[in-house]
Amino acid sequence: MKAADPPVSVPQPEQPEQAEQHDAPRAAAGRAPGRRVGAYLPYALIAPTVVAIAAVFVWPLVKTVIMSFQDVGRRELWTGQAGEWVGFEQFTNILGDGRFWDVVWRTVLFMVACVVVTMGVGLFLAQAMQRMSLWIRLALTAALVAAWAMPLLVATSIFRWFADSDYGVMNMVLTKYLGLDFRGHNWWLDPKQGFLIIAAVVIWGAIPFVAITLYAALTQVPRELEEAAALDGAGAFGVFRYVTWPVIKPVFQMVATLSVIWDFNVFGQVFLMRGNKPEPEYSLLGIYSFEKAFESNSFSQGAAISLITVLLLSGVAVYYLRQLLKIGEVE
Amino acid sequence: MSATTSTRPAPPAHPATGPAPRPDRKKKSRHVYNLVGVVACVVMAFPVYWLVVSALRPNQEIRSYDQTLWPSSITFDNFKRAIDAPNFGSAIQSSLIICVTAVVGAMLLSTIAAFAIGRFHFAGRKAFMITLLAIQLLPPTAMLIPIYIQLNSLGALNEYWGVIIIYLVSALPFATWMIRGFVINIPKELEESAMVDGCSRMGAFWRVIFPLLAPGLAAASIFSLINAWNEYLLAYVVLQDNDKYTLNVWLMNFTTSRGVDYGALMAASTLIALPVVVFFMLVQKKMASGLTSGAVKG
Repeated sequence: MKAADPPVSVPQPEQPEQAEQHDAPRAAAGRAPGRRVGAYLPYALIAPTVVAIAAVFVWPLVKTVIMSFQDVGRRELWTGQAGEWVGFEQFTNILGDGRFWDVVWRTVLFMVACVVVTMGVGLFLAQAMQRMSLWIRLALTAALVAAWAMPLLVATSIFRWFADSDYGVMNMVLTKYLGLDFRGHNWWLDPKQGFLIIAAVVIWGAIPFVAITLYAALTQVPRELEEAAALDGAGAFGVFRYVTWPVIKPVFQMVATLSVIWDFNVFGQVFLMRGNKPEPEYSLLGIYSFEKAFESNSFSQGAAISLITVLLLSGVAVYYLRQLLKIGEVE
Repeated sequence: MSATTSTRPAPPAHPATGPAPRPDRKKKSRHVYNLVGVVACVVMAFPVYWLVVSALRPNQEIRSYDQTLWPSSITFDNFKRAIDAPNFGSAIQSSLIICVTAVVGAMLLSTIAAFAIGRFHFAGRKAFMITLLAIQLLPPTAMLIPIYIQLNSLGALNEYWGVIIIYLVSALPFATWMIRGFVINIPKELEESAMVDGCSRMGAFWRVIFPLLAPGLAAASIFSLINAWNEYLLAYVVLQDNDKYTLNVWLMNFTTSRGVDYGALMAASTLIALPVVVFFMLVQKKMASGLTSGAVKG
């Protein structure tokens, strides 16, 4: 849009007059009513979207806040009467519950593990893709895109089938080819092993986006610079640290931030793996709030946990938005 | 965002062309990277391969300890069982009604909003854009409870229109952001010259801008379609009658039952994934750049 602006403009972006100067049709420039309509047109155009978003996102968010200070159970839901105000009781109950903190730590641990592995493998693959021969790279890209396209539900079903205790391919390979006795092994009895399977789906599903995006960023690194650095005696690590990294850093940060948000909110993979009724040991924050609301019918508790989740993530979200603003994406 | 918006394929680093100090060593590392590529390719593709192979395998091979890499014979029995499962037809119908209506509505609203933020400078424009981005970062499971309660009080539980509205609005931020990218690439002069030639503002939009936006609209609607098609949680919570289930909720029924029929499950999953994969291939390039520039996959 910069090119469309007049070369010398008074920097007063908040003034609607300036907007119509630039954007109102020249034909209408002389007529006062036409100019007025021009000034309000953009608001009319975004109005339906604003209303829709306010109704489906902003109002529920406000409602979450309200509900988490009330006591909304099954009765309030069906009779439609407002819940009783209970102040901070929901929060003190939740924060005083040892189980909640177990869930929070499990979620954070799971998120960190998934993000670290995803970003590490993704970056490594992206770098390897630059150096492998063309056909292998094309085949790998095809495999990545196919994996990326798999709906979460389907991907989860596949991995569940892998880990099946009787006929799963994992137990078969471990028993037959690695000589371990995994026949009939149930991966879900020990949550540590179960989360390995869940992390595998999450990471498998997340690597394509990370690898392909980082690969695209790596192609922007000037090859001459890398070669010059190598000639000047920089090792492979030095070239990466001082030449490659500064170029891909913004993209890497963005992808990492998105991964943090996505992996913190993992829900479906756990939910579906455990047949829509995850055991308590498999609760992540999303599952926990869902169960509180829909299994125990304490919608206020669920809403309060959701609110805590949103607050926990808002720092990351603000960081992400600031990155976008910094690189001038919102112009 | 120049780093991601152009996905120019990197020239393969031929060892012969670069001023390589030690060609033999470079060649050796090339083999290592090729090996990495092959291994990664196999690992990433294997689940997809296993999905299709399991769907085509005879059932006695699925219920066997000795899983073989290649099926002894190919059969469509699993597909038949999946299609014959109750409510398959109504699930397709539900999915199509919900997804198509939501996407068409979302495209209408987001096109005009994208036109506004792509063409005009107005107070509040930046705030609106930041809101679009921020909303996509909200955890969907956190929104589920209040949305459920809201739909309940509107009497929209177990109704298509409740799900349609939520899918429609969920698609808006992404679609608006994406179409805006296409709007700002259409020179303003085109529109202005149409107006000089006698078009009204709306006329200029429909006759000049809209046709040029078509590729952007196609891409945005495919993304929204894929997202709506893949959504399962809201549909699972809101739709209660068996004959209103969308395909994903129908598929979830396969998994909950004791003693999963993996052959039929894999066949049904293949059927659900197939259209997604086809559509995804069409727009994948834009997806890679779109995601980092603020359009977020849910």
